[in-house]
Amino acid sequence: MNSSILEMRNISKEFPGVKALDNVSFTVAKGEIHCLVGENGAGKSTLMKVLSGVYPHGSYNGDILFNGEVQQFRHISDSERVGIAIIYQELALVPEMTVYENIFLGHEIKRNNIVDWNETIKQAGEMLKKVNLDINPAVKVKELGIGKQQLVEIAKALSKDVKLLILDEPTSSLNEKDSENLLQLLRDLKSHGVTSIMISHKLKEVIAIADSITVLRDGKTICTLSAQAGEISEGVLIKNMVGREINNIYPPRKHVPTQDVILEVKNWNARNPATGRDILKDVNIRVNRGEIVGLAGLIGSGRTEFALSIFGNPGKYQIHGDLYLDGSQRSFNHPEEAIRSGLSYVSEDRKGNGLILIQDVKQNISLANLKELTKSLVVDSNAEIMVANKYKTDLNIKTPTIEQKVSNLSGGNQQKVCLGKWLFVKPNILILDEPTRGIDVGAKYEIYTIMRDLVQQGMSIIMISSELPEILGMSDRIYIVASGRIAGELQAQEATQEKIMQLATN
Amino acid sequence: MTFFSTTRKLLQQNIREYGMYIALFVIMIIFTITTEGTFLSSRNIVNLVNQTGYIAVLAIGMTLVIIIRHIDLSVGFLAGFLGAIAAIAMADPKVVAAGMNLPVYIVIPMTLVLGILAGLITAFLVAQMKIPSFVASLAGWLIYRGAILVVTESTGTIIIDDDAFNAIGNGFIPDIPDIGILPGVHKLTLLLGLVAIIIMIFSEINDRRKKLSYDFEVLPMSLFVLKLVFSSAIIGSITWILAGYQGLSWTAVVMLVVTLIYHFMMSQTVLGRHIYAVGGNPDAAELSGISVKRLIYVVFGSMGMLSALSGILFASRLQSATTTAGNLFELDAIAAAYVGGVSAAGGVGKVLGSIIGALVMTSLTSGMNLMGIGISYQYLVRGAVLAAAVIFDVATRNIGK
Repeated sequence: MNSSILEMRNISKEFPGVKALDNVSFTVAKGEIHCLVGENGAGKSTLMKVLSGVYPHGSYNGDILFNGEVQQFRHISDSERVGIAIIYQELALVPEMTVYENIFLGHEIKRNNIVDWNETIKQAGEMLKKVNLDINPAVKVKELGIGKQQLVEIAKALSKDVKLLILDEPTSSLNEKDSENLLQLLRDLKSHGVTSIMISHKLKEVIAIADSITVLRDGKTICTLSAQAGEISEGVLIKNMVGREINNIYPPRKHVPTQDVILEVKNWNARNPATGRDILKDVNIRVNRGEIVGLAGLIGSGRTEFALSIFGNPGKYQIHGDLYLDGSQRSFNHPEEAIRSGLSYVSEDRKGNGLILIQDVKQNISLANLKELTKSLVVDSNAEIMVANKYKTDLNIKTPTIEQKVSNLSGGNQQKVCLGKWLFVKPNILILDEPTRGIDVGAKYEIYTIMRDLVQQGMSIIMISSELPEILGMSDRIYIVASGRIAGELQAQEATQEKIMQLATN
Repeated sequence: MTFFSTTRKLLQQNIREYGMYIALFVIMIIFTITTEGTFLSSRNIVNLVNQTGYIAVLAIGMTLVIIIRHIDLSVGFLAGFLGAIAAIAMADPKVVAAGMNLPVYIVIPMTLVLGILAGLITAFLVAQMKIPSFVASLAGWLIYRGAILVVTESTGTIIIDDDAFNAIGNGFIPDIPDIGILPGVHKLTLLLGLVAIIIMIFSEINDRRKKLSYDFEVLPMSLFVLKLVFSSAIIGSITWILAGYQGLSWTAVVMLVVTLIYHFMMSQTVLGRHIYAVGGNPDAAELSGISVKRLIYVVFGSMGMLSALSGILFASRLQSATTTAGNLFELDAIAAAYVGGVSAAGGVGKVLGSIIGALVMTSLTSGMNLMGIGISYQYLVRGAVLAAAVIFDVATRNIGK
């Protein structure tokens, strides 16, 4: 195919315990806009990291052909040199530098080894014109809104004479107008011969702009659809994205949840004062005693932010709304107050803010409820050992001793330590944020079984998960979160992967 | 498991902790040899302890500060400044002339309270205003340095003539009346040493019995007895050396009390556990219901109080407040903490380690002084020891557990 600019052949990439990419082949024609869609964890970002050299040649299997030549990128700079530019969700601009400094950062215009600022400013102006951005190149990037920053990133890519522009979820944090501008810009660039790959969850946008779409699922290429041939529709995309079989790996429900409401959140709004962005809008949620409520949605939809906003609001968002616990209105100003009122939050990021890695299993388990172990000022270390051993047995934590540092445990066992810590608080409501992320199937099943046991004992669980089968297999009721709103509510019986994906991508 | 393999396993697992004790021991042996025994003489050891006192209390406070991933550079001149305030309140000629001078039992608590307030100001800047502690305390360093000069401007050095106050840095605990045995030996010191050994043995046995009742793992009997004998021997010999001169100095008493309180707090109480947790992972600690902000106030407040104590010890030792008091104390305290095994990454460090670290650093100075080594080489050696201690710390970080 001489009209293809990029061909990735049989790419496989493994992480310890996970096959992220499994024999993926992916071809992009010259001058087209090619979209890459798939669920969270389908392998889209990994594929782009392989392409750009973030994962160097040798760390994956398969071949990359760019403009018909085999490429072996060892570093991002290698892929940049041939004209591939990648723009990530988290922008890589230096906020304290001006727009023109940012555009030429790393490939400064020099004369006699001295930066030629006049030429830099002039050329930066031209690049900004190309992306239809009418700003003074001398303003600092931090003074621009997120949409304009994105355009500066694209201008930066253009300044490197880009042939293939890759955008990873470019519109996820943009408002509608900025999104529309960006899509229009991609069309303009296309008419100037720039090929683009866009990763996006927003199917409407994808359908509006794509010449062809490749669907990935579980690290495999499912299909490539062409707009010209009229193969693209939302229904077809969703079917291909979620068409995974649900294996029967979920322990059966043992009881019917009660109908008495233990937690109710009404008209809940949250705003991040630092960025001025609304994170949650009019969220209404109700949780019954003994129920597992699933919060489904895409990454970045606001599920974790919601959980934290009711768990003492450690992010210090500005919150408006009402929270009722067992019928009485409450507000928590610190996680400590939420914990005391019977809430627990098991973090999605166990290494980042779940565990204290340099401390041992015992100290991690006791941390959130040391009060219970304290007699006249002194922490009873013997009682602490008893508690830690109890959870080690109950949760089947595989560790030689409870004096083992948690950094030495596997992901699944670390997760169980987190769970033990939060169960020791003896909560009424347990919030589990991605409870099985990055852990093996065996440990997953154990955690599911524990969840079933807990709700049977009368605890209520809110489970945030990006894995649809897990949401369907475990939840009694499901809320779908999209862009900080509740996009829908489904009973377990009526829910399907297609319905959830439909609501989540709207 | 045999006696030796258990011993080896214990040594391997705790090499980080034991490293400092071994280093102090080796340094003492070396100096005892090179000074033909002078180093280990009663008189020198008493001096050594008294010299370590005002740095040791700072090092304890600094240990907590570094554990929660902060630093406090202001403590040296804060100590100097508060020492000057104490001196003025007791003995400034103008104050005395006006009849406004305060008795020592008011001055000491007042100085400690002022120290706490100063610490809380730093904490406010760090916790509330989100200023990096390095910068906030550097501002304090400049301010307190200026403040010492301001308050001593008119008088220069302020001589303190209060015997009770001066005894803190120079005096010794009284002896029991002569009963005819052990002439020339400080009998109360020996008695206290004996009491300490008995308390230590009883609490160890009690702890072991409790552990056994829970069916937990304990040291094998042979090693347990060896440990008791060894610990008793160390306490005994230190007591014997001190008793050979004038007994336990008041500085040593202050140091012991502060060490015991902080060691207890850090190892046994919820507050200590929370401090370690915040140092280990502040985000996880916050989500576990620990207020990181509140702990910053507590830790910096305690640091301020110990700075005041350090200032009192130093002023009392010199029997005066000088314009340069406190100069470089903060760096000595930080060095002592690092030598004592506190980790710059936060979350790791022990009060006892920092005391040992302070003793190591003072021993080096004292030993080299006795050997007649010049001040320039002393700095070189102390710098090398600090570097070696930190290298050792990093190298052994992943051994053991």
